[in-house]
Amino acid sequence: MQTFDLEANGLRGLNEALQAQSQTTNATAWEVVNPRGSHAVAVGLDAPIEVTVKGSTGYYCAGMNKQATIHVEGSAGPGVAENMMSGTVIVEGDASQYAGATGHGGLLVIKGNASSRCGISMKGIDIVVQGNVGHMSAFMAQKGNLVVCGDAGDALGDSIYEARLFVRGSVKSLGADCVEKEMRPEHLEILADLIERSGVDAKPEEFRRYGSARKLYNFDIDNAY
Amino acid sequence: MCGIVGLFLKDKSLEPQLGALLTDMLVTMTDRGPDSAGIAIYSEDREGFAKLTVQMNDPAGFEGLGDEMSKALGTDVSVEVKDTHAVIELAEAKLDEARAALAELRPEARIMSQGEVIEIYKEVGLPADVAKRFDIAHQHGTHGIGHTRMATESAVTTLGAHPFSTGADQCLVHNGSLSNHNSLRRKLAREGIKVNTLNDTEVAAAYLTWKMQQGKSLGDALEASLEDLDGFFNFVVGTKDGFGVVRDPISCKPAVMAETDQYVAFGSEYRALVNLPGIEDARVWEPEPATVYFWKH
Repeated sequence: MQTFDLEANGLRGLNEALQAQSQTTNATAWEVVNPRGSHAVAVGLDAPIEVTVKGSTGYYCAGMNKQATIHVEGSAGPGVAENMMSGTVIVEGDASQYAGATGHGGLLVIKGNASSRCGISMKGIDIVVQGNVGHMSAFMAQKGNLVVCGDAGDALGDSIYEARLFVRGSVKSLGADCVEKEMRPEHLEILADLIERSGVDAKPEEFRRYGSARKLYNFDIDNAY
Repeated sequence: MCGIVGLFLKDKSLEPQLGALLTDMLVTMTDRGPDSAGIAIYSEDREGFAKLTVQMNDPAGFEGLGDEMSKALGTDVSVEVKDTHAVIELAEAKLDEARAALAELRPEARIMSQGEVIEIYKEVGLPADVAKRFDIAHQHGTHGIGHTRMATESAVTTLGAHPFSTGADQCLVHNGSLSNHNSLRRKLAREGIKVNTLNDTEVAAAYLTWKMQQGKSLGDALEASLEDLDGFFNFVVGTKDGFGVVRDPISCKPAVMAETDQYVAFGSEYRALVNLPGIEDARVWEPEPATVYFWKH
């Protein structure tokens, strides 16, 4: 286990050390102490390593992650796991706005609540939120799965493309072109897999599925001003 | 971008540390707002007395002011000078007369705040320097609000810095930008409410003052602001014995709150809160959009 004191050794040193790890590194387990809400902790990683952050982080933790497993033992500020490509990011506490924004792949698990714009413009990432998500979540979501074990705020899935949204609790309102859809066996299978991999306590049958009505795909004179 | 910090103490034993805690929080938010900084401190209430916090670009102007005001008002007036600001303390009943006397004796002096307990200090410069100039770290108090400014829509000047006074013992700080402040400024002018600068936040402060003049409580005035103000805002407000927070419905400006048995704290980012006592066990959360939060002693 490598321990890195962020307060003593600085952010640039941390990210340089983590980004320098190769595919075959022996230093596979890292612990970051004293994050104290710092920005951009453990960003741009590209190796199969495990990083545990002992506390809460600020903006853009675990951004652009590839392969690595990053575990935040606290809450995360805006833009956690933004543009993740692969790997896993787990947040023990809450996540602020636009968690998992534009993510292309990998799994983001938020054990608490996520605030507004969770999964905005997601492009293939899987996001599992054990609590609630705020307004405008999955705005312009293109691909991937957003699983919300609690409630969703206003305008869920506004202008959504082909991402799948699963919500166990209530949805305050659906955004433009987002509709409830039939839950078919293949969706229950996807959900069961995500629930198992994220370790949340839920059953696939308890969720409803939402997705695109595909009415905004083509030009429609009635939508023009 | 701007930074906001706020601390509302529930535990009296922390009151001697208010200035030090708030200064630390403020300096942490320097990279959100290095242009200017300001602090509102709510200190002890001296029965029957009131305070004016006054700013002059040349502090030499404060010389002899106490004696001149005492003579003009026929009562004891104390003037404590702190860099470009001075706290003028006198009998509460004479406050209006004191304002008039000050306008006559020192027309160049600008009133930052008035009330029984509030003191507002603000200047252009790095937050650490501003806090040092006014020795905020040694201030006692029950609650306080700080702001670090990165100007986006009006000049970097002392009067453009936050907090803004919204009335006796009241202040407002803002992170965001208002898009309808010009039309609102014209509307307020027709209502007889004067706004001194081109700053959007001053318009918001004036708007709250106007609503409260119509008999609304601060909470109701903040609720109304959600309807009438267009743009982005995180507002933190202070009153003589209260502390409030409201965010616009979009809430793209960051905000974190923490509460323990000892205090309620606000920070634009969690970084601002990390040195508070007992933060590890505090309830930490993000305030909801379009929701008015208010704490009172």
